[in-house]
Amino acid sequence: MKPLEITLGAASIVMFAGAVLGLAPELQLGSISPPAGLKPYTLSERRGRATYVDLGCMYCHSQQPRDKVQAPDEERGWGRAATPGDYSYDRPHLLGTMRTGPDLLNIGVRQPSEDWHLLHLYQPRAVVPGSIMPSYPFLFVKKDPKLLYPGDRTLKVPPPYDEPGVAVVVTEEAGTWSRT
Amino acid sequence: VAAAVLVTTFLMGIVALVAVLWAVAKGQLSGGSNGARVIFAPGELGIGENPNPTADLEPDPETGLVQGQTIDELQARIEADISSRQPVLAFAGSAVLWLVLGSVLGLIASIKMHEPDWLNESRLLTFGRLRPMHLNVVAYGWLSMAGIASALWLIPRLLRTTLKGGGFALLGAVLWNVAVLGGVTSLGAGVSEGLEWLEFPWPVDALFVLAGGLVSLPLFFTLRTRRVEHLYVSVWYLTAALVWFPILFLVGNGFSLFAHGVPQATVNWWFAHNVLGLWFTPLALAASYYLIPKIIGRPIHSYQLSLMGFWALALFYSHVGIHHLIGGPVPTWLVTVSIVTSMMMFVPVVAVAINQHFTMWGHFRYLLTSPTLRFVVLGAVTYTLVSFQGSLHSLRTLNTLTHFTHYTVAHAHLGAYGFASMIFFGSMYFYLPRVVRFEWPYPRLITAHFWFVFIGFGVYFIGLSIGGLLQGFAMLRAESPFMDSVTVTIPFLVARSVGGALMNVGHLIFAGHVLILMLHFGRARTAPAQFKPLAIIAAELKS
Repeated sequence: MKPLEITLGAASIVMFAGAVLGLAPELQLGSISPPAGLKPYTLSERRGRATYVDLGCMYCHSQQPRDKVQAPDEERGWGRAATPGDYSYDRPHLLGTMRTGPDLLNIGVRQPSEDWHLLHLYQPRAVVPGSIMPSYPFLFVKKDPKLLYPGDRTLKVPPPYDEPGVAVVVTEEAGTWSRT
Repeated sequence: VAAAVLVTTFLMGIVALVAVLWAVAKGQLSGGSNGARVIFAPGELGIGENPNPTADLEPDPETGLVQGQTIDELQARIEADISSRQPVLAFAGSAVLWLVLGSVLGLIASIKMHEPDWLNESRLLTFGRLRPMHLNVVAYGWLSMAGIASALWLIPRLLRTTLKGGGFALLGAVLWNVAVLGGVTSLGAGVSEGLEWLEFPWPVDALFVLAGGLVSLPLFFTLRTRRVEHLYVSVWYLTAALVWFPILFLVGNGFSLFAHGVPQATVNWWFAHNVLGLWFTPLALAASYYLIPKIIGRPIHSYQLSLMGFWALALFYSHVGIHHLIGGPVPTWLVTVSIVTSMMMFVPVVAVAINQHFTMWGHFRYLLTSPTLRFVVLGAVTYTLVSFQGSLHSLRTLNTLTHFTHYTVAHAHLGAYGFASMIFFGSMYFYLPRVVRFEWPYPRLITAHFWFVFIGFGVYFIGLSIGGLLQGFAMLRAESPFMDSVTVTIPFLVARSVGGALMNVGHLIFAGHVLILMLHFGRARTAPAQFKPLAIIAAELKS
């Protein structure tokens, strides 16, 4: 075969594959409507998503519960099998490919406590013994308890992760998502 | 839409079948009876080539053999090697530096998986930033640049002429390095598009498309002045790879900028799997299809099969990506297309396996002497294994177990490291001495490199695969708490760090040796750098 034939053959095959795997789903799903009750993300939620992307949460957490016929995701309380409409407002998509930690699509419903989440971000092992999730101390500020501003939200850190004479203050980045 | 796609797919299948029949009837896939021999000079069959730049024109003092027949042929080969020198060195040297950085990033990320409070005070060093930095540095810094270096060296050799337009590739090397550096810096700063394999921000992507386009130009310029009748199978793979990369990168990144939700995810995995299948794979196969027959002095087993394998790879590999989303919120027909094409991948893989393994059959003694061959054959064997593994666990039953676990990570490394990286190591051991005109001064460092990465990767792969399977079984047991699937993996995550540390030592040895070679330090050798001198092997065989 001639170089031109190889070039055109190779290029048209990969474009065809792109049309099948990319364009066809876009045509099929582009007009699908979100399920009842699903709202566009609030500003605060979008900031939370940005932090989720920045700190790479999707490399250990999926957001796509599987059907109960396939896996016990629903029994674990992760919610019903996901459908394309569930992601109507998602850009970037955060479906994920790993479950080093559990699926997070419906985490807000399953674990609504803000205090739990904040402590979990500060030191995962304080609430989940044996967890291998990284701790995110930089989402918090350590202060002298006497020098707190009014409105500073502090975290009650249980031993052995507490430090005497130190108040752990929640930063805007960690906290606002739950305030709005 | 689903029905329309099915009908289209059916029609495309018919068209493809007609195309194959036409090609066979016209002899397009045979390359004549001598297709497999175009890479040999007259009289060269039966004589293995070794990287032996200082003694090319003289008989080997140990064996008395000359590497080829006529002085003209040898002179032309030396000119071909020298013509690609600058761009090859630019790409290969950069690749080795990125390899060292990328593997250190990988090791830190690996240790953090079992020591989650280590280095936790800085955002830059958090796992979620280190992991994409590692992936992108090894994928676009090491694998891509090493693959391009070997491609640029192969082009004039395969076309029996000198490299034309090397300056474009040199400019491409500069832009490529700027792109990797810019991309990894932005990931370190937390600026990411958030899509696995497509993390780099769009200005960096634009640079890659431009650099990828520049790198492909020398191939087309050199093709115009080629002095071969038939294009050897490696040229097919290189042409396709260099055409595919800019298309993949442009379409993958462009589409994902505008799409959202599930269609964005399907494009994401069309792209990500194609970087492996239509970029690293053809670059590595092009090198192994050339080096294995050259070093043992024997044409490949079934040449026609290799050409059919090429088109089968293009057709099937390009569609497999959605097997990463099995069980997800994706239309069933789409997942089925990917599973079917994943199974069809047996066709090109068996074609390569028959060719490369049957060609080696009965010539394994060369593995004792030739460093290049040892790395390349290990890579070729791994290609067979990793492809079989990939096809099998795209089946829904197995995928349910392995999806979302470390098993997949082990599989990905078997492909990117056990297959592609091994072949790129091997080809560097072959072409670097030829382009710098200086033989590897310390064969013992090559031995050390081989065993550190072989044992290190063995520990890594076996450990992580077992850990991943146990993790999968624990996750599928509804009565076990989720934490069981975490706890069970810890010893295997530690094993991964141990294996990774050994691989890092191997990479440092390799990088040091490359530096010594490029600076012409160390003793100048007149014989090829072998694990064991050929004369000793010959004596052993006689007795």
